[in-house]
Amino acid sequence: MTFEQGVFYFLASVTVFSAVMMLLQRNPVNSALYLILNFFCLGGLYLTLNAQFIALVHILVYAGAIMVLFLFVIMLLNLGDDKRLVEHLGLRMYLGIAFSSGLLIELLYIFGFSSPMNISELSPASVEMGTVEYIGKVLFTKFLFPFEITSFLLLAAIIGAVLLAKKKLVQ
Amino acid sequence: MIPLNHYLLLSAFLFSCGVLGVVVRRNAIVVFMSIELMLNAVNLSLIAFSQFLGDATGQMLVFFVMVVAAAEAAVGLAIIISLFRNKQTVNIDEINILKW
Repeated sequence: MTFEQGVFYFLASVTVFSAVMMLLQRNPVNSALYLILNFFCLGGLYLTLNAQFIALVHILVYAGAIMVLFLFVIMLLNLGDDKRLVEHLGLRMYLGIAFSSGLLIELLYIFGFSSPMNISELSPASVEMGTVEYIGKVLFTKFLFPFEITSFLLLAAIIGAVLLAKKKLVQ
Repeated sequence: MIPLNHYLLLSAFLFSCGVLGVVVRRNAIVVFMSIELMLNAVNLSLIAFSQFLGDATGQMLVFFVMVVAAAEAAVGLAIIISLFRNKQTVNIDEINILKW
């Protein structure tokens, strides 16, 4: 096993472990911490794919911004006491497990046994494609219009979040 | 070298974990985290396809997915806060005011 494969399988196993642990935790704070571990490992996996810029942006945006927001909300809501966190599961849990394992088997069958996806080497252009220069060039030429549209999306999200979370004024 | 299949299998597993979380968990915040997990699984397969096929479109899509994820997290958590303010719970079984 080469060094590259070792890194990949280590990161992949930690990713799978943290995803499963996130689902099993009762306390949402622990779930959020496992999800942060998951995001760091995904960043490492992006590095093994030669996508350096995306790996950095991923860690900045997800681990730095989104998960801090999650932890902030969890602590703001103060869900500390255990009796509120008990989840009643029954038939629905078994149906959910059956549904998602069916989906998993389907996806594994598609990805594992279809021959057109069996490429074993990264494209020679992949090193260049991960750099900031290349991504910036494509983003500001070919994808300029969608890029501008995302600014509207973010503006709408900011206004919506402020309006929804604002305290109601006393009449 | 690691073949493309292994990245896709990992992505499929993460996506199924996210689906399981959305269907089974009742805590609204954990449901949200599971949605983030699904978005990340799709990001992983987009980047893997992009780098193995030598086409930058996949990486651009990842940026837009990140923007949507950030917007969704902000609005969703604001909804959770205002729900908690009104109903004192984040259990999605008890939030049924749209049901008749």
